[in-house]
Amino acid sequence: MPLESINDFVVRFANVNGSGSASANELFARAVLRMGVPVAPRNIFPSNIQGLPTWYEVRISEAGHLGARGGTDLMVAMNPQTWDKDVASIEPGGYLLYDSTKPLPKSRFRSDINVIGIPLTAITNSTYTDPRQRQLFKNIIYLGALSALLDLDPKVIEQLIGEQYKGKERLLSSNVHALHLGRDYTLNAIKCPIGLRVRKSDQVGDRIFIEGNSAAALGAVYGGATVCAWYPITPSSSLADAFTAHCKRLRHDPESKKAKYAIVQGEDELASIGIVIGAAWNGARAFTATSGPGISLMQEFIGLSYFAEIPAVIMDVQRAGPSTGMPTRTQQCDIISAAYASHGDTKHVLLFPEDPAEAFDMAAQAFDLADRLQTTIFLMLDLDIGMNHRLCRPLKWDDAKQYDRGKIMTAEMLESGTDFGRYLDVDGDGITYRTYPGTHPTKGSFFTRGTSRDRYARYTEDGPAYADNMQRLLRKFETAKDLVPRPLQANAGKPTKYGVIYFGSTSPAMDEAILLLEAKGHSLDRLRLRAFPFHSSVASFIADHDFVFVVEQNRDAQLRSLIVNECSIDPVRLVPILHYDGTPITARFIARAIGDHLDALKITPLRKAVS
Amino acid sequence: MTYVVKPKFHHPELPKNKLGFTHRDYEGAVSTLCAGCGHDSITASIVEACFELAIEPHRVAKVSGIGCSSKTPTYFLGNSHGFNSVHGRMPSVLTGANLANRDLIYLGVSGDGDSASIGFGQFAHCMRRGVNMVYIVENNGVYGLTKGQFSATADRGSKSKRGITNTDNAIDMVGIALQSGASFVARSFSGDKKQLTPLIKAAIEHRGAAFIDVISPCVAFNNHAGSTKSFDYVREHNEAVNFLDFITARAPIHVDYAPGTVEMVEQHDGTVLALRKLNAEYDVHDLEAAMSFLHHHAAKGQIVTGLLYVENESEDLHCHLNTVEGPLNTLSEKELCPGSAALEKINAALR
Repeated sequence: MPLESINDFVVRFANVNGSGSASANELFARAVLRMGVPVAPRNIFPSNIQGLPTWYEVRISEAGHLGARGGTDLMVAMNPQTWDKDVASIEPGGYLLYDSTKPLPKSRFRSDINVIGIPLTAITNSTYTDPRQRQLFKNIIYLGALSALLDLDPKVIEQLIGEQYKGKERLLSSNVHALHLGRDYTLNAIKCPIGLRVRKSDQVGDRIFIEGNSAAALGAVYGGATVCAWYPITPSSSLADAFTAHCKRLRHDPESKKAKYAIVQGEDELASIGIVIGAAWNGARAFTATSGPGISLMQEFIGLSYFAEIPAVIMDVQRAGPSTGMPTRTQQCDIISAAYASHGDTKHVLLFPEDPAEAFDMAAQAFDLADRLQTTIFLMLDLDIGMNHRLCRPLKWDDAKQYDRGKIMTAEMLESGTDFGRYLDVDGDGITYRTYPGTHPTKGSFFTRGTSRDRYARYTEDGPAYADNMQRLLRKFETAKDLVPRPLQANAGKPTKYGVIYFGSTSPAMDEAILLLEAKGHSLDRLRLRAFPFHSSVASFIADHDFVFVVEQNRDAQLRSLIVNECSIDPVRLVPILHYDGTPITARFIARAIGDHLDALKITPLRKAVS
Repeated sequence: MTYVVKPKFHHPELPKNKLGFTHRDYEGAVSTLCAGCGHDSITASIVEACFELAIEPHRVAKVSGIGCSSKTPTYFLGNSHGFNSVHGRMPSVLTGANLANRDLIYLGVSGDGDSASIGFGQFAHCMRRGVNMVYIVENNGVYGLTKGQFSATADRGSKSKRGITNTDNAIDMVGIALQSGASFVARSFSGDKKQLTPLIKAAIEHRGAAFIDVISPCVAFNNHAGSTKSFDYVREHNEAVNFLDFITARAPIHVDYAPGTVEMVEQHDGTVLALRKLNAEYDVHDLEAAMSFLHHHAAKGQIVTGLLYVENESEDLHCHLNTVEGPLNTLSEKELCPGSAALEKINAALR
């Protein structure tokens, strides 16, 4: 039976990297979106510029499920290298769209899927002679074919092309022409539409479509970052690129045209974090964007930021480790290396955004937290959020908001005789006053160092003075618990003994998994963590449930370890649910893994049954 | 080293500069380095240079890495903020600090271990970027704090105190600075305060990356026969190409030098360097000739000192980045945050 579905299916494009398919595929996703149907696209790409296989997956979901689903209902197979694997991955009853210019033996197909052959190369070659044009327009031609097959409104695609090539009439009309070449051929040759269809809806609302890296970069602009130092590394480079682009648009003095920001591409990650720490020491808001290997390299400086108490913001777009790992695959695997970065006793604040909208908010908030807590704040993004377009609520900013620059002792305060001890805790919250260099001719200067010092910043190797400072740093970390974003709890409809903890990009898959589990009769209370250190509500949530599943995208259950360690929880109470093959976690995976555990718990123990 | 706390009082008739400060106002804590250490002489020259230039002490930011040399910022400019960062990473910290506030004077102090070994990359890259700073390497060819290992500037064939002969080639910091695009490059000797102080003054007034390699003998581990960084060796092999008289823009220029022996070099801010030529053929504006001159003399075992290269029309990183005139760290929400109306437009473009 051919699959039948309206506004709820997965289309996967198998392409060759560097063939120009990305923009055509994105056009497809945007067209569905413009028809009012939510989409969740994901780019699955190799660490390569040209030649290796790349996939673009579009999940169309009127119900608004934005996590990866798994499985493919319609495969647009444009890459001979991956043909067999691609054909095998199609759901039974699903569809295969392929280029039928060259006939393929029957053995290359499956009998339980619907095969749609369109001679894309033949159509392309009969219209275009230029090789690059042939390559590019073939992509638009298959987009035209899809519009016919899926009943996509061609006017919507034409409008999108119009927006993309505004002012470039020749490109615009030739793209529209290519679109219709594919569409007209398909309407004539194939029975359209197929079982999968896109129907106009109103489920998108005012939501926006943005990549997490771009949103986080915009958050840095809004949060007042003036210095950005970075070193290219996938998947974070597009964050620094986006910051550059946003700044060019939003941060030049209207009269002098001069830049109200400084961006430096460092020679490595050490230089990048060094520049950030130097700038923040001197009172600018500064950040770097990096990924796991960069975090490894920055360890010594992160310890300096912790101990010398210098603000810094690190945006970590996580990818699969260890070592070089899988640079273009997603994971949540830097939790421990970020939380406890550097030698000696250290702990750092982590923020876990679930999507681009939250990445924007938290990126801006990170600068307030860094200034308030005078330490490194990690914004823990990942490739899934960072490098994919995600549908999310519009970005919001309150114009009444003022930056929290933290405890800064001014020249006036010094002049009036306020006692200044750089590491003197006058308020009992573990946070001390600092001065910016150059504040006052004779008062308030101090020496910043990574070595031990007393409350007045004087070098000392005296044990009690060292311990006093280390204790104060712990008090400061306690203060942080109430400053960072709180966890969000969502309870099941009826009381349950089971809970689940999750964070970051797992969010959409988790929300959907709850529905799947409920359909199977399982209820779970949910707690989405948004920051480390953990708020007291995390320990109480665990105390309120017999078992709590901890869902995360790494092998070693890093968040679970952090909870066990920081909240002194019996590990038996926390059941790890781990996904770490580099693909984004799916609702199906979570529901199956948790469902299996819950089913096992429901089985009456053998001893009880026989007694 | 001494444990005595420096008394705050001083002689009432100590000379004052035009801001009314005495030398003492430019000093820091008492040095904890070995008695006779070359680094302390450099500290004295820095104090002298800042006093003579009448710089407000708090307008200087001192940044260093790790090592004996990196400890010295504690011993001068006690009213300046200082940052003793991590080993070999002073250049990046200084670069960041400079980006945050272009109005301060940045004084980077480092050693040969800090800048030629662990921080070799950062050294070259901050020169490349033209960070506006004075970068002083207190170069003794040896690791002092860890008791006498060779550093990367130790000459091949020189002997350590333990009698080991160095078989690795030496890195010439001046050569690297020239090649990396530093716009002010000098070499001096801690034992020659008369040469060093005006060089530091000129470097402070220079816009862009100013580098001074100061040979600074380590009395504890590198001042023996067989060392090429000992007081005796440096004195014997010092080949000074010029001598600098520093003249501020405010001071009238008295040209009372014999013709042909002095060159007036004007800096971007109007200050003038009167360069007394000791070697008539040496041209401080000719980069290629300078490099070849240095190679030639190094091969003969001579240490060329003086102002070695200066670019008249130098630029700095802020020029390259086209940043606003004022310090970035003083910009407020109003100047930095585009606000909700702009965000609404951005949202609209993302639908």
